[in-house]
Amino acid sequence: MHINSNVAISDSGFIFNPLTGDSFTTNPIGLQIIEMLKNGLSQQKIITEITTKYLVESSTVEKDLRDYLSMLNSYQLGEYVN
Amino acid sequence: MNKLPYERPFIQKLNLGVMNKFGSKTELEPCTHIDGVPVKKLIEEYGSPCFVISEQKIRNNYKNAVRAFKTRYPKIQFAWSYKTNYLDAVCNIFHQEGSWAEVVSIFEYQKAIHNGVPGDKIIFNGPDKSKEDLAIAISNNSLIHIDHFDELYDLVELVQGRSLKVRVAIRVNMDTGVRPIWDRFGFNYENGQAWNAVTKIMSHPELDLVGLHAHIGTYMLVSSAYAVAANKLCDLMQQVQNRWNQDIQYLDFGGGFASTNTLKGAYLQASDVIPSIDEYAEAITATVLNFGFKQDKLPTIFLETGRALIDDAAYLLGTVVATKRLSDERRATVMDFGVNILFTSFWYDHQISPAQHFSRHSENMTLYGPLCMNIDVVRENVMLPLLNKGDQVVVHKVGAYNMTQWMQFIQMRPKVILIDMNGRHHVIREHESLETMLRYEHVPAHLKTISL
Repeated sequence: MHINSNVAISDSGFIFNPLTGDSFTTNPIGLQIIEMLKNGLSQQKIITEITTKYLVESSTVEKDLRDYLSMLNSYQLGEYVN
Repeated sequence: MNKLPYERPFIQKLNLGVMNKFGSKTELEPCTHIDGVPVKKLIEEYGSPCFVISEQKIRNNYKNAVRAFKTRYPKIQFAWSYKTNYLDAVCNIFHQEGSWAEVVSIFEYQKAIHNGVPGDKIIFNGPDKSKEDLAIAISNNSLIHIDHFDELYDLVELVQGRSLKVRVAIRVNMDTGVRPIWDRFGFNYENGQAWNAVTKIMSHPELDLVGLHAHIGTYMLVSSAYAVAANKLCDLMQQVQNRWNQDIQYLDFGGGFASTNTLKGAYLQASDVIPSIDEYAEAITATVLNFGFKQDKLPTIFLETGRALIDDAAYLLGTVVATKRLSDERRATVMDFGVNILFTSFWYDHQISPAQHFSRHSENMTLYGPLCMNIDVVRENVMLPLLNKGDQVVVHKVGAYNMTQWMQFIQMRPKVILIDMNGRHHVIREHESLETMLRYEHVPAHLKTISL
């Protein structure tokens, strides 16, 4: 997935989508995922990064990441890429 | 390197609109202990889900109710409403405090006898009393509250010509200004049914009309309805005194006091709108005191309060089975308890707390139970922290009706734990098992074997 380039993201987790006028809030780990997506990391790489840093099973991160990406897509903040 | 605690990623759309003047209510305060016992320890020891009852809270509730009435009126007697929660340990806490038993079936009656309640301290209510049931109540000198004429005629048949003095009361239904009128039980006051019943009773010397009973509704949101009921019962009592010179010994105001659970669809939290026990007490006692009875003729006031004494003394502990997204992207959380054991989730928006600390983030979600049935919804909308599989929650105020109306449906009923006054915990009801169910089934010989 890549994050749409015109989406504004603050360091505190506040997100603004100028295309729709919607604003959002995300938690610190969500913010880190968005940053990693912007830096072009693959989903597998993101899972590895999170499990290295946090006390969590990779299967849990995989489920949570799938859900989070579906929400980014639903909110038109990012698009899946083949 | 020490790893950091994990919280699942979360994003929430910010909705601008009219501010809620009461502020945004979240239920994020974790409930980690009950009466000093860690919730995690209780689940570890007794499994999830399980009910936990606080003996201390029950006793405090009871003492507070007694205080509210006895400081206003000299003759008060509570009778524990068995149908609200008839676990023996719970009933015996109330009996130890001085409460009589109020039962509505022969099963409950037998339970009260089994608990050691003297027969003459059992109030036998309810619409379904067979002649055999009535005979048992007569032999034990119990207070029989007659619900309908068929029961009254059965009673007459049983006692006619015998040298007995059976203590009876009639249940009276009436218009107290609250809708719907509860006129299904007892004899109506306004249309003269109640007077006809009294007349019939007074024509049989074997029956001793000692009381009048009104149970005007449930979860009553206005205490003034009790004042109306008290006035009508006092009026009936006065008429009986005038016509037959018969002293009615007690007026029974049944139950119906609300608990602090919030009803579904209610705009305000229950704790902000329900009357206090003192307001109910004031409405009833002031009316009876001011009616004009002589001091030595004042009737005893009986109360069959159930819900308001037990609801907030019990908790349901449970665990998250799964989290998922619904088609409209709402969060859905599946719990290991549902309407099968939390029957009151059909009526209440139960307060639910996480049993562990979370970050400040919360999300709106629907809480489902574990049943493979669409109706199994514990909360349609509730703000809770970012729950994960395995996280534990505490459902508050579940003491009334859940441990009597629970269903063995798809899942077995869980353990019930009592935390005593010293913080020790005891299993007061075992969880059910396959053996529990198979004990009551019989398979005909030709169906005992199958071959697939």
